Amino acid sequence: MEMIEHALRANSLVAAFAFVGIIMWISVYLSRWLTFGRIHGSAIAIAIGLALAYWGGIKTGGSKGLADIKLFGGIGLMGGAMMRDFAIVATAFEVHVDEAKKAGLIGVISLFLGTIIPFIIGASVAWIMGYRDAVSMTTIGAGAVTYIVGPVTGAAIGASSDLMALSIGTGLIKAIIVMVFTPLAAGFMGLNNPRSAMVFGGLAGTVSGVSAGLAATDRRLVPYGALIATFHTGLGCLMGPSVLFLATKALVG
Amino acid sequence: MIIYGTAILAICHLLGVYIGDVLGQLIGVKANVGGVGIAMLLLISARTALQRRGWMPARTEDGVGFWAALYIPVVVAMAAQQNVVAALKGGPVAVISAITAVIACACVIALINRTGPKQDDAWKSGTSVDTL
Repeated sequence: MEMIEHALRANSLVAAFAFVGIIMWISVYLSRWLTFGRIHGSAIAIAIGLALAYWGGIKTGGSKGLADIKLFGGIGLMGGAMMRDFAIVATAFEVHVDEAKKAGLIGVISLFLGTIIPFIIGASVAWIMGYRDAVSMTTIGAGAVTYIVGPVTGAAIGASSDLMALSIGTGLIKAIIVMVFTPLAAGFMGLNNPRSAMVFGGLAGTVSGVSAGLAATDRRLVPYGALIATFHTGLGCLMGPSVLFLATKALVG
Repeated sequence: MIIYGTAILAICHLLGVYIGDVLGQLIGVKANVGGVGIAMLLLISARTALQRRGWMPARTEDGVGFWAALYIPVVVAMAAQQNVVAALKGGPVAVISAITAVIACACVIALINRTGPKQDDAWKSGTSVDTL
């Protein structure tokens, strides 16, 4: 047993490949026999991943889910930002340039809407729940944009650390909801072509939420959504501490 | 050679992230501005330019295609290391703002997509994607 553990720890990335492969295999099997293909295998795999992350977090008290358990350390590398971005860039190889160009303008419009709408909602909910100063409202509102925009904005305008944690929590829950519910709401959102994927990428925000949500819906839509979503964090970090903070300040004083 | 494809991908990735960092610094935000998106645009241009000259044999393309196909497993690994516990600890403010924001955005997405022009199925062709 100790020998096996040693082998897994010394080859953590390889172990992660094997582990994720097994999760994928189980998910495809569950998708076919339990849901008769109605729920995509990758959607089930992502849900299993999130459940394991919860379990890992409870067990270790760390912040990196399953990756904090030494035996599964390779998951951290395999699913880290470096590999994620590398694989996303690779999907650009399949982009049909004409389709992407046709939806360019509406994609940019969605990007702005995708920053402003969640911000207004987040800030309003904060106000209703008793966070009535501009700094708290802006930090929580920015968290509703993405979990990176939240803390970056909070740090810039001098928010306290528990406010930042709240803001990160908001963004994380949003990303998780997008990951899990996108395949279920795909019909409602009309998510079945590159243009709609680009609109989705702009509005749904967070590269992780968008990429996982689209992956679980139709793998071919991923590059179109990711192409737009990748500007989401940058735009949010630009607007959060500046325009949006000043607007909030002007409203609540 | 397969590594040529992977190397082209890696160079585009690094260049894109670098340009994104520079952009972020230029406009004064503490974040990478669209680095991955810029890398994707670079890769698309590199593909078009190399294919036109006939410098992109199938083996080279495989060096990119493999990583594109690994995309979903990588996303599963990403899901497995999210801070789910902290997210759920955020309390009612976090939960309510997140849920409301997602619902509002989903409605706007539905609205835009229903009013848009009809699309043909041309985009479905010519991709060499693992269906999962």
